[in-house]
Amino acid sequence: MDYVVLLKQVPDLAEELEIDDSGLDLAREWMSFVASEWDEYALEEALQLKEAGGGTVTCLALGVEAGDVDELLATCLARGADRVVKVGSYERQPDSHTAAAAFASALDGVAHDLVLTGVQAIDDLDGQVGPLLATRRGMPHVSVVTHIAIGGAGTTVTVHQEYAGGVVGEFEVDLPAVLGVQTSRVTPRYAPVSRVRQLMKTATIETVDGGADGQAGSGLVMEAMAVPESGGSAEMIVGNPAAIAERIATILAERGIGQGVGR
Amino acid sequence: MSADVLVVVEHRDGAILDSTFELLGRARSLAAAAGGEAIAVILGSGVDGLAGSLGGAGRVVLVDDPGLEAFTPSAYQAALVPIIRDRAPILVLVANSGPGMDIAAGISAALDLPLAAYASNVEFEGGAPLVTCQMYAGKIEARVRFRDGRGIATVVAGAFPVEAGIGSGNPTIERAPAAADGRIRFKGLHRPEAGDVDITREAILVSVGRGIGEQDNIELVEALASALGGAVSSSRPIADAGWLPRTRQVGKSGLKVKPKVYLALGISGAPEHLEGMRGAELIIAVNSDPRAPIFSVAHYGAVADILDVVPALTNRLIG
Repeated sequence: MDYVVLLKQVPDLAEELEIDDSGLDLAREWMSFVASEWDEYALEEALQLKEAGGGTVTCLALGVEAGDVDELLATCLARGADRVVKVGSYERQPDSHTAAAAFASALDGVAHDLVLTGVQAIDDLDGQVGPLLATRRGMPHVSVVTHIAIGGAGTTVTVHQEYAGGVVGEFEVDLPAVLGVQTSRVTPRYAPVSRVRQLMKTATIETVDGGADGQAGSGLVMEAMAVPESGGSAEMIVGNPAAIAERIATILAERGIGQGVGR
Repeated sequence: MSADVLVVVEHRDGAILDSTFELLGRARSLAAAAGGEAIAVILGSGVDGLAGSLGGAGRVVLVDDPGLEAFTPSAYQAALVPIIRDRAPILVLVANSGPGMDIAAGISAALDLPLAAYASNVEFEGGAPLVTCQMYAGKIEARVRFRDGRGIATVVAGAFPVEAGIGSGNPTIERAPAAADGRIRFKGLHRPEAGDVDITREAILVSVGRGIGEQDNIELVEALASALGGAVSSSRPIADAGWLPRTRQVGKSGLKVKPKVYLALGISGAPEHLEGMRGAELIIAVNSDPRAPIFSVAHYGAVADILDVVPALTNRLIG
């Protein structure tokens, strides 16, 4: 079974995001990047499936200058991927439609029974790469999945798709297929930084071009980007923890809550 | 291109989901402004009865086929692509659910129609759709247009009122053929086992997120919930980590709650979480990040470490 995982880096939300002077984009000069959380779940699932039933795991990421895609792919190797490939060449992470077109082209040269990627990313304004890629390649796709299991004959995969209220739908999907992974069965494994650094020097990161549709474009026109007014409606409580606790207790007491309970 | 606004209906267990009515209400006002019709497209098997509850639409397109008894991404996509291609509506509205993601992105790629995701508002300006989208876990809002003036939007739950989509009109019913694509087969629905506590019925929820740091600290919020006579709920990462049962999870894939008081502790407030709790009567949020989106829906907020505030509040209440 050949598993392919699509990954990318996204801005680190631990840092404050700001809008640039154009008002149409994030200020990117000092931006730091991390692997997209859901893509890490997709990788962990692929590694778990490979460990359980054998096969290969190939990781693809776009060749983006911003951030450190080599580190992202070296981390995949350190965690257990067999092969990593950098697709196309981009100054910054492109939109999902462009990414899907580039990955669709790259799959011509990569064996793939099951393609796994994060169900979403914090920057996928024009939709999710998984179903976009699947439709381009004529493959079936399911988003928001957990509980991935390969069928006995190796020609199908069974997944759960999450709905509201904790309800899930179970599907059997013909391979090859694309899945948008919501979460992994275990926390994504840790790769020691020293191992990643070593692999960045010694490992082979293959490169392929992004194909003729490598600049497909999202078809969206940005009119404005803004930081929503945080706390627009909230009355902010200031002070030390004891003062904050006192004020919250008062607010609750005004509504008859928290009095005479627990005594 | 037509001035119609098309809504893809989502239904489960013989009932149309609220998210569909939210979209239908908006579609109706947008279509009226554009001079078109609000068209609801419903796919299923034996769903004539359900079509009767789509009185908010001007027209209902019904695709009734045994192969559509339950949602599957492949069968829905195969049936919807020709309908949307032939009718060429100015706007297609789809709920930002799991099925909605599959449907919207699938149609976008199949028909080369642009897609604006995580929409919190959809307006018409100058005769063309203008979509407000939540990006970066709700920390940034983007306003986008479609290059050719038409496209698809996936809309987050709660963006529009349900009531506006529930109408007693008498829409024209049309039938459209299903297209066979059986590459994905529905095997069944799994429902969560009932938990010890039903958080949808609790008046006071003490809800905890990543800011709790480690599992041992859960007992701090349990002590606070007990002092308040409430129950503990959580955001998704806490349930994923197994620190609290899945039945306590609030949000898009968890439960929707409307308590009298919702204490959001160490919860940043990603759109998926806000979807499940923004209807609470009183929301008090404590988070160490002053820019956490939870403060945009909270009535009271405090920027602090919950590991300091929670024990202080518990002691104040039981002291």
